[in-house]
Amino acid sequence: MQRHRNRRTLHLLGLLTILSLLIGACAGPAAPAASGPGAPAAEPVRVGRGVGDTLRILYWQAPTILNTHLATGTKDFDASRLILEPLAAIGPDGSYVPLLVEEIPTVANGGVEDNGRIITWKLRKDVKWSDGTDFTAEDVVFTWQYCADPKTACTTATYFVDIENVEAIDPHTVRVTWKTPRANPYFAFTSTNGRIIQKAQFANCIGEAASTAEECQKANLAPIGTGPYKLVEFKPGDVVTYEINEHYRDPDKPFYKNVIFKGGGDATSAARAVLQTGDTDWAWNLQVEAAVLQQLAEQGGAGDLVIYNTANVERLLINFTNVDPALGDERGQLNHPHPFLTDINVRKALRAAIDNRTIAEQLYGPAGFPTCHLLWYPPYRSGIEEFYSGCEQDLDEANRLLDEAGWVRGPDGVRVKDGMRLSLLFQTSVNPLRQKTQELIKQWWAEIGVETELKSVDASVFFGSDAGNPDNIGHFFADIQMYTTGASEPDAITHLCQWVSSEASQRENEWRGNNNMRWQNAEFDAICEQARASLDPEERRQYALRLNDIINEDVAMIPLVARPRVAGAAKTLKGYNPSGWDSEMWDVANWYSER
Amino acid sequence: MGTYILRRLVFAVPTLIGISMILFLILALAPGDPLAQFAADPSVPPEVRENIRRQLGLDDPIHIQYLKWFRSMISGDWGFSFASRAPVASLIWQRLPQTLLVVGSAYVLSVLIAIPIGVLSSIRPYSWFDNIATTFAFVGFSVPTFFTGLVLILVFSVNLRWLPFIYDSTLRVNSFETFILQIKQMIMPVTVLALFQTGAMTRFVRSAMLDNLPQDYTRTARSKGLAERTVIIRHVLRNSLIPVVTLVALGVPTIFSGAIVTEQIFRINGIGELLIKSIQNSDTPVVMAITFIFATLVVLFNLIADVIYGILDPRIRYD
Repeated sequence: MQRHRNRRTLHLLGLLTILSLLIGACAGPAAPAASGPGAPAAEPVRVGRGVGDTLRILYWQAPTILNTHLATGTKDFDASRLILEPLAAIGPDGSYVPLLVEEIPTVANGGVEDNGRIITWKLRKDVKWSDGTDFTAEDVVFTWQYCADPKTACTTATYFVDIENVEAIDPHTVRVTWKTPRANPYFAFTSTNGRIIQKAQFANCIGEAASTAEECQKANLAPIGTGPYKLVEFKPGDVVTYEINEHYRDPDKPFYKNVIFKGGGDATSAARAVLQTGDTDWAWNLQVEAAVLQQLAEQGGAGDLVIYNTANVERLLINFTNVDPALGDERGQLNHPHPFLTDINVRKALRAAIDNRTIAEQLYGPAGFPTCHLLWYPPYRSGIEEFYSGCEQDLDEANRLLDEAGWVRGPDGVRVKDGMRLSLLFQTSVNPLRQKTQELIKQWWAEIGVETELKSVDASVFFGSDAGNPDNIGHFFADIQMYTTGASEPDAITHLCQWVSSEASQRENEWRGNNNMRWQNAEFDAICEQARASLDPEERRQYALRLNDIINEDVAMIPLVARPRVAGAAKTLKGYNPSGWDSEMWDVANWYSER
Repeated sequence: MGTYILRRLVFAVPTLIGISMILFLILALAPGDPLAQFAADPSVPPEVRENIRRQLGLDDPIHIQYLKWFRSMISGDWGFSFASRAPVASLIWQRLPQTLLVVGSAYVLSVLIAIPIGVLSSIRPYSWFDNIATTFAFVGFSVPTFFTGLVLILVFSVNLRWLPFIYDSTLRVNSFETFILQIKQMIMPVTVLALFQTGAMTRFVRSAMLDNLPQDYTRTARSKGLAERTVIIRHVLRNSLIPVVTLVALGVPTIFSGAIVTEQIFRINGIGELLIKSIQNSDTPVVMAITFIFATLVVLFNLIADVIYGILDPRIRYD
């Protein structure tokens, strides 16, 4: 249906401009189908430094700062990755890949000691900053000192607060001591949040000076790095241009002489630029309506979709407290349980009425899979058969559950119990895909006698943390809300355990608790406690699976769509292997073009 | 004249202070968060966001925030952007060239086109030329820029592949080839904006001319035996320009504020784009700076328009 409408629009345009040429937009050479999840693997190709001319990257959000420790969005982290690197990256399979170090420290090679409390990194001796000076352990120590000061206000502070000390044993050995034993001692200085900044450049920038001193403001926009490229010019909010870092450690890389990282515009025209017109070589996050994206991918001819896994799941969150405005200050407090969502039969019925497959296929297309589980990705589950079974739509079952719970249909078809109507307020952020999902769910719920009022809030307000903003996800002054989140590291424990009872978002903590559903489950809390203490990866995996199951058994959240990330690459571009656990640009040094 | 300008300037000060207070209040009351992008990301927990808010001074009461802003603004410091931690003035300065170039040339172009078309239309109202001009004018200002922009992109970028639709702001014009490239990337955005602005202005010129053509002084000029050309240009047009000057002068500040929609479509990333992104991200210092400069320009160009009246019409006196 969507496709028909789209075609009609095109024809309309054709008439308006009186240009029959326009209709040609619907035809065009057929392109091979887009590659599936698991993307093309990077083969080690010797391509030679500076053989290629210019790599053009297009993000529909524009980078505004290149010092990642003060950055506010993915676009900044990705634009910075060509310059600033962490000690190790996390590859697509979740394993660590050494970048600035000789090897990944393990218990076996003596790099990890004291149950993961101490980790010793051996730095490569051939790494230089792009200004020609040596990269040393002092730079790593400095990066910690920089963010350890709360006055610097690092957005990456979480990765440093649990560190007791970072010390340089010798110029090429650095030891990180955590406050407590850790299952993941690699937490700091790795992946997209662990970039090392140069001590010489940022030495005077610890504390408030980080944002206010002129020297530091300049450094934030033009950091010196160890990455394959160095900065030529940066226009914040517009474009970054780079050239080869002559001091890069691999003499064969990078392939391109220059890189242009352009930002701005919208996702649809970015998709068009990479898939159809070939105006760019790489386009990020093609959040485009399924029908349009599919059509561009199939008929564009200039590029392919690149789909790779992340931990993200679009889900419904259920409010376990009463948010009736009549309660005034007591809205959403734990001592006022929700009048009917606390009834598990109602929650089960709401879940059974939803058809995840229709949402995923009709709305998300290549950018979504229906899922019954939050942990849908390896090492927890592999393949759609494993993560989409057991939550298929069953309207009869949903009706039966509500009948059983004593909800009787009123004259207008809406179920009533003890004078209370089964009526919900369902909120999400403003986004065409989300509004369409809302509409579908509203229809299905209407079929089982549930009345739904839809509400959409501007994304910057919905995801804002202002204590005076009643429309954000922390206040959750609605019955159901919908958004996407997921673990940012392969180990899911930290992510899942944000929904423990003690984290409930309340007036007392200014609505900033992580558990915005105010869900209280003793078993979940107990397993989180054990899981957090566990240091064994396999044991932690089992705990995570159990936590996932408790969420499903108690229907605290309703997973809808697993969301891999979708980028676009020109057909000539090779060598990329995006990782959902790191920046999309993590392997940009390996990218090259084929004529 | 001098005292008049001075008096107007003195009166402008309290006006501008009032405007800045209202702007600040609206921004402070609007919900939103410079770190909203991180909200669903558990790697940036609430404590970290809280600490950043504190460091950015967002937890002060509104009047303290305003006084701080006002004090530094007086001393010429516009503060730094939360998103890029760079001085606001340098951000605006960086965006200004492409906005002035694209939006400014579209404006100049539309004035240059609108005046002759308006004059020609008024000389022979309801002729075929007037009818075509009227049609174009109505299409121009009734079709929104995002629509004309997309149509042009579909035709000239996607189908014909003649013009680029991603504006390259790093292009340096230093040779004939780069000059051609610059022209090529400006054609579509300038056309979109000029089409929109020309429409309204043509109608203005035409109706002002039609008001003056039947006047006694026109008949007098004609009966003196002056050439028709001289009558139209030296007499009728000059008198008709008064309302047009108001329109043109008050439109000049809008060049500075950029063209939000058009800049977004063609990725020009000028002032308009900076403003809308900063509003979305609650980047208060940037929003304050742009809106305040805009307010100042509006006040200033109001004054300029009043002064030009005196030059066009010697009957207007200021004392």
